[in-house]
Amino acid sequence: MRAPIQRYRNILDFALSSLLRRKGRNLALICVYTLVVFVLASLIFFVQALKREARELLAQAPDMVVQRMVAGRHDPMPAAQAEAIRGIRGVEAVQPRLWGYYYDPVFGGNLTVMATEDAALAADSVWIGQGVARSMRVKEGDLITLRGYAGLPTLFAVQKILAEDSELVSSDLVLMAPKEVQALFNLPDGLATDLAVTAGNPRELPTIAAKIVEQFPDARPILKAEILRTYEAIFDWRGGLMVVVLGSAILSFIIFAWDKATGLSAEERKEIGILKSIGWESADVLLLKFWEGSVVSLTAFLAGVLLAYAHVFFFSATLFEHALKGWSVLFPRYRLVPVLDGYQLTVLFFLTVLPYTAATLVPCWRAATVDPDAAMRS
Amino acid sequence: MRKSTLCLSLLGALLALFAAMLLHAQSVQAQAVFQRQSSAALVSSLGLTDLCLFTEARYTRHPAMADRHAAFQDHPMGMDHFPSGSLVTPPTFPRPHARAHPAIPQHP
Amino acid sequence: MIELAQVVKTYQAGLATPFTAVAGVTLTIPDGKLTVLKGPSGSGKTTLLTLIGCMARPTSGRIHLHGLPAGTLPHLAAGDPLEITSLPERFLTAIRRRTFGFIFQQFNLIRGISVLENVTLPTYPTGEDHRSVEARAVERLESLGLARHIRGSVDRLSGGEAQRVAIARALINDPAVIIADEPTAHLDSRLSEDFMALMGQFEAAGKTLLIASHDPIVYGSPLADLVIEMRDGRIVAGP
Repeated sequence: MRAPIQRYRNILDFALSSLLRRKGRNLALICVYTLVVFVLASLIFFVQALKREARELLAQAPDMVVQRMVAGRHDPMPAAQAEAIRGIRGVEAVQPRLWGYYYDPVFGGNLTVMATEDAALAADSVWIGQGVARSMRVKEGDLITLRGYAGLPTLFAVQKILAEDSELVSSDLVLMAPKEVQALFNLPDGLATDLAVTAGNPRELPTIAAKIVEQFPDARPILKAEILRTYEAIFDWRGGLMVVVLGSAILSFIIFAWDKATGLSAEERKEIGILKSIGWESADVLLLKFWEGSVVSLTAFLAGVLLAYAHVFFFSATLFEHALKGWSVLFPRYRLVPVLDGYQLTVLFFLTVLPYTAATLVPCWRAATVDPDAAMRS
Repeated sequence: MRKSTLCLSLLGALLALFAAMLLHAQSVQAQAVFQRQSSAALVSSLGLTDLCLFTEARYTRHPAMADRHAAFQDHPMGMDHFPSGSLVTPPTFPRPHARAHPAIPQHP
Repeated sequence: MIELAQVVKTYQAGLATPFTAVAGVTLTIPDGKLTVLKGPSGSGKTTLLTLIGCMARPTSGRIHLHGLPAGTLPHLAAGDPLEITSLPERFLTAIRRRTFGFIFQQFNLIRGISVLENVTLPTYPTGEDHRSVEARAVERLESLGLARHIRGSVDRLSGGEAQRVAIARALINDPAVIIADEPTAHLDSRLSEDFMALMGQFEAAGKTLLIASHDPIVYGSPLADLVIEMRDGRIVAGP
């Protein structure tokens, strides 16, 4: 039993000696390889985790949101429509939502201002998300100024900064009393941004939506299923722009690896001949090449995946920040809950480790089956 | 020490870390419910519909709520995501109320 | 004892330009003697060596090996003659590993790795214990005066040193037969004499030696027990 294990180890020894001969080249290869795996794995982890969060958190979202469309754009609607919709069979509750966007010229970012009826909210006060607090550099008890659409600045006291844990949904929120939202946006009384509809039986939602559209032809109902589908689609990594960018990086790596692995030099060919002549069998030569390929690719795969895990889940995907930030000034920071998808990891494994190992192994096949006397004849 | 010993221990260590990673993910998953509590509370009390990931425009801030093709109307410097955006530059005074805020950077 | 009967080796048989390197050689190589194959280049010496050394199979003819140690192949008792031309590659490799040690004209060392590794390479696929192999290799290298090069790279060796490393490698599995192909081609006269002296030591130790050469220092040496002259793939002078 020991002899076969020793054989594997002996041949691994030689494979390593062989790799170490081109130390710089092979180290560079492992580094680039690790980097490719790292970026791909980071992307997969990040996207999977966000998908998971979206699924878990938006499960609490309203069953349906009804908007009003005016000239092709989303427009405030009379809050009284809530009454009419409440009358539709199967509708359990209708909650008018009042919210909007506020562009802050001082720090140059967009905020989401939202009305809340929470009794704990004091008058002339706001609750703000972590991102807002960070951008405005305020803490609880400070005052902030928002310039109203009527042209007048309004002063608010920061009563509470929303919990850090909730930053994924609340980073840019500014919560205030409905009256103050109306004053800030200069909205007349009795308008809502949209209506959140709750159905007694979620299966009836499509029927309810159809009835709403029938009754209010300018209404646009958005079902929860559509919200969730939107998030599935956004984070579908195959559709992502980053994959296009990464695609070229991966392609060039494949060309590099292919060139490196398949270009069996005369030197290598001669070495195989020598090994055969001193008593190595074809299987031994192939084992050698298998080790050479798998040591490089396995190290790169494991290191890349581990680094990606640390990057995404311990360092909040800091390297992606610039790509994801886009033009936004207010960038949320969130700690993602790790999700490991066995399927995705397996795909990654097969996409990275197998082709490289195969590309090292296959060209040697012919060389390994040369007659051992080739070394003597040359 | 033999090179193979060194290499196999390195690979072994990496594999152990890999296993630790799987275990870590599993255990964190179990606690995730608590970590999501405050978010979930906000989502249900305010009726939130979107994750706050990209704040540059309503199209990205509330992808589920935005009217289709209404991208990047909000940020004065916001670039359009359609190819035509590279041909049609934003007006000098992007929005009527922007005139009241000289702090807004103007497009050259 | 190695017996060859009507051995023919034709390269590119069946193609437009077949080339017969060995054309019907019948020969007996005695154990424990130094046999020299003499002849100009292209006379078929090297091809004959590869056939005897189980590196290639003859196109026709028979080669019998006598006195293989028991256990070389399964079911082979000590002393049985073995006909090797019909064996599959796996068995040929096994026989080659245990029975023959090769010293090549170009030395055929693997560049870039240490002397010790080069010497132990033939044992890697056998799964033999690493430590005992290394101890044996160090012993062989020391006896060949290469002690200070053991950990060094083979790239830094002189021609004579490189050949002695190749000899140490040929000896690592303690073969009964040592086969050398033009061993003195890259050596000056003094080193060639040294080489022959070394061969004399091996002969005294009971090894069978088979050397192909057209160097007078080799075939003219008093150590050569048997000189066989070849030309155009045939034996033209010999026992």
